[in-house]
Parts: sequence; structure tokens; C-alpha cells
Amino acid sequence: MDTPLKRTPLYQAHVRAGARMVPFGGWEMPVQYAGIVEEHRTVRRAVGCFDVSHMGEFEVDGPEALAALQRLTTNDVAALEVGQVHYSLLCTSEGGIVDDLTVYRLAADRFMVTVNASNIDKDWAHVTRWTGPGGGARWRNVSLETGLVAVQGPRAEALVGRLADRDVAALGYYRFARGTVAGVPALLSRTGYTGEDGFELYVPWGETERVWTALLDAGRGEGVAPIGLGARDTLRLEMKYALYGNDIDETTSPLEAGLGWVVKPAKGDFVGRDAIEKVRAAGPRRKLVGLEMVDRAVARHGYPVLEDGRTVGVVTSGSYGPSVDRYIAMAYVETALAAVGTAVDVAVRGQAKAARVVRTPFHPPSVKKG
Amino acid sequence: MANVPKELRYTREHEWAKLEGTSVRVGITAYAQEQLGDVVFVELPKVGAQVAAHQPFGVVESVKAVSDLFAPVSGRVAEVNGDLPNAPEAVNQDPYGRGWMIVVAPSAAGDWEQLLTAEQYEQFLAEGGH
Repeated sequence: MDTPLKRTPLYQAHVRAGARMVPFGGWEMPVQYAGIVEEHRTVRRAVGCFDVSHMGEFEVDGPEALAALQRLTTNDVAALEVGQVHYSLLCTSEGGIVDDLTVYRLAADRFMVTVNASNIDKDWAHVTRWTGPGGGARWRNVSLETGLVAVQGPRAEALVGRLADRDVAALGYYRFARGTVAGVPALLSRTGYTGEDGFELYVPWGETERVWTALLDAGRGEGVAPIGLGARDTLRLEMKYALYGNDIDETTSPLEAGLGWVVKPAKGDFVGRDAIEKVRAAGPRRKLVGLEMVDRAVARHGYPVLEDGRTVGVVTSGSYGPSVDRYIAMAYVETALAAVGTAVDVAVRGQAKAARVVRTPFHPPSVKKG
Repeated sequence: MANVPKELRYTREHEWAKLEGTSVRVGITAYAQEQLGDVVFVELPKVGAQVAAHQPFGVVESVKAVSDLFAPVSGRVAEVNGDLPNAPEAVNQDPYGRGWMIVVAPSAAGDWEQLLTAEQYEQFLAEGGH
């Protein structure tokens, strides 16, 4: 059965701007406005605005909110200060990845988590099983009350700073603060999915367009442009940031995906810990690596990776990287072949095309330091 | 509405064909390149290869999508645009000019007459283009 596609509060603004709309994770989203390569360069060189209102937000509060999140997520939530955000994972008890997410500590006993749009229903069912030992953690799905605009690029600080009621320059990487943007109450988070400096602005659903319009108007001097999901994908690929459903899913281990840095077994038990620690003890059988094509060809999701004709892995994401001007990919390969410099092939329409494992990120990140 | 030059013939897969003496020059239409978005890769046959009408002869890839290229006519590949591998963006910038892909020496005279005229192709696009 076809479910009707959902629309963000900016749908009409995208259509008016001439965006090409496509289905994504159950939502009707802009894939491009001016063109993917041009939008990609705008973010690397100036500043771009992304509508990511389709993403899901849950709040959890109460005396056992911390305990519930410690149980559900892989990172150490106790180490998170109020005003700080971290990247984390929800896992199955088998150690596969249910979703990747960011966790915001709003207060000592109050948190917000941001999840992928396509996983909102699955995640909601997963997290609400955990209400703490005494039922002292209360979950609230605020996805449809919360608009989300990402402002990314070297001029993001200047642009957001002009519209905000507070000094955003003082906000460190993976820190957030409450304030207003264009007079609209917002949670300003110094985070992103592009490798550039920037912000993610959580605003009331109904006021998202006011913020969006203000950013595009105020940013003309900075060369601001709206950016679609197409460029969001090439920007994150150049950083080797995982995309759920492409690079990670319930069949992949955090340790295979290179996400061991957000798995903190020392914090105590959490869903998936035993299974992940077994993988750690045995050593992951495969690893997510960055590939650069040596032969001229584009590796795509699902293409086999070969060594001497034998299948040794699979491509999970691949495209042309506009900032590196090369055909790049992410792929799982057998651990023995994961070292930088290893020569492999990618089967492209039945033909072996030469590639090699390269250092990642493909493009140097410019996120805010400290 | 996308540019549809009157003197060309067209396929339902959005290739254009241009008669040059007895040869047929082939590329993709302005509509096709708009739909694809930024073209980042073009794979073409070698000179001397045989192509068959309505069968794939190559591949064009945009950032997001992989699409087959379909031969408008059967025959032998007489020329290949050797600039495209290094400058695939020519397909977006000048689809009927610098973005050409191959020249075919046709093996069957009847193929040409099967192609859509500019009017028919415009009608096809007006009906949705697929």
C-alpha cells in the first residue's frame, strides 16, 4: 500500500524556488535547486541552507531519563554536560545498528535525540520499551512539532550571528544553546553533516519558513543558497559520514563501520554491548573503508568489491566528489584488505575497474575547533 | 519547455540523431540532461563497435543516477567524442553541440524513418516523456 508522502513546513517554499522534489524516507524532499555540484561548492565556499525538518526528534525526561538513554545508546550519556550534544547509536541486542542519532542534554534529567526520518517509527518503538527501572523516563515524539534547518559553510557563523540574539561565535563544536533566530525561538546547535562549520537550528514547525526566508534574505551578501539532498549526500560522502540504510543498518556492527569511538562499554550495560564486545574480541571481519577509483568509473551502492576476481566486499555509497574532483566510494572490505593503499577492483556493470583504499575523510573537514 | 531542434530526430529514450551525409550523429536531448542533472561520467563504445537500434550503446551517469544510452539506429561506430570522459559537463552545457556522443555509420536504411520527428518528440514530452 502506498502511504502518501509527508511534507515539511518548507514544501511550498521549495516548489516556489523551483526545486526538484523526490520521495525520501517517506517524505517529499528537495533533491536539488540549482544543481548538485553547484550547491555542493556553495556549501564548501560560502554557506548553504538545508531543510532537514523531516528528521525525527524525541524528548525524554524524568529521574530515569539518563538511565534509559544509557541503556539504549552506545555512547556515555553521563559524560554529556548540559548544553552539549554527542553522536551515538541505537543497537539491537545482536549488535547491529538500529539507527545513528545525536543526543542533546537539555537539562540534568531532560534530553532530546535526533533520529533519521526513515527510522522514526522503528526508533520510537525501540526507545519507548525503555522507561527506566521504575518507569521514571517519559518519552515524547516531537518530530512533527520541530522544524530543522541546517546552515553550513565557512560563512555560516556570520550569517546566523547576524540573525541570532546571542553570540554564536562562542558556541563550540557539538555545543548548543537556546536563543532566537530572526525572532523565532530556536535551539542553536553547532553541528552538521557536511564537514563545514555551521549550525542546525531547531525551531517550531509553524515558524520554520520564517527562519528559512530570513536566512536566505539576510545571506545574499554571503552568497547563500538553498541546498538539496543531492549535495547533502556528496558533502557527507567526502567526509565518510555514514548514511543509515546505505552504509550502516541492522546487519552492520559499529566496529565494522568505524564507529567504535561512540561505543563505550566501560559505562555499563547497554543493548548490544555483549554482541559488540564479542566482535571486538574476535576482531571485525570487515571494515568500512574509503575507496578512490583509479580507473574511470563510478562505484555505486551494492557494486561488488573484488580482489583477483574474488568478491571481498561491497560498495555502500559512491559518487563523484566535487571538492576532491575524483570518483570516490565507501565500501566494506575484508579486514586484511582495509589498509590504506590496498589495490582492489570494483565490479561496474560486470567489468573490474581498479580502485584503491585511501585515507579518509576524502576532503579535509573545516568544522569549528574546540 | 526544453529545446527541441527541428532538424533532428529523436528516440523515446531521449537521444537525438542528426543526419550528416550518410552518417548519424547521436547525443542526448536538453530534456534528458535536465532530468539527469550534473553529468559526471560518460561511457562510450570504441570506434568500430557495432550498435543496434533501441539497444544500449553506453552509459551516462549523473551525481545521483546511472542511465543507459540507446542507439537510435543500427550500425558501426565511426566516431566517438573523446573529449567527454574528461569533460562530461559538456553534456549539460551543450547537449546538441559539444555534448555529442557518437557518430554511427548506419547498416539499415529503415531505422531513420522509425525515429520521432521534432514535433512527435515535443508531443511525447508534453505527455510526460515516458
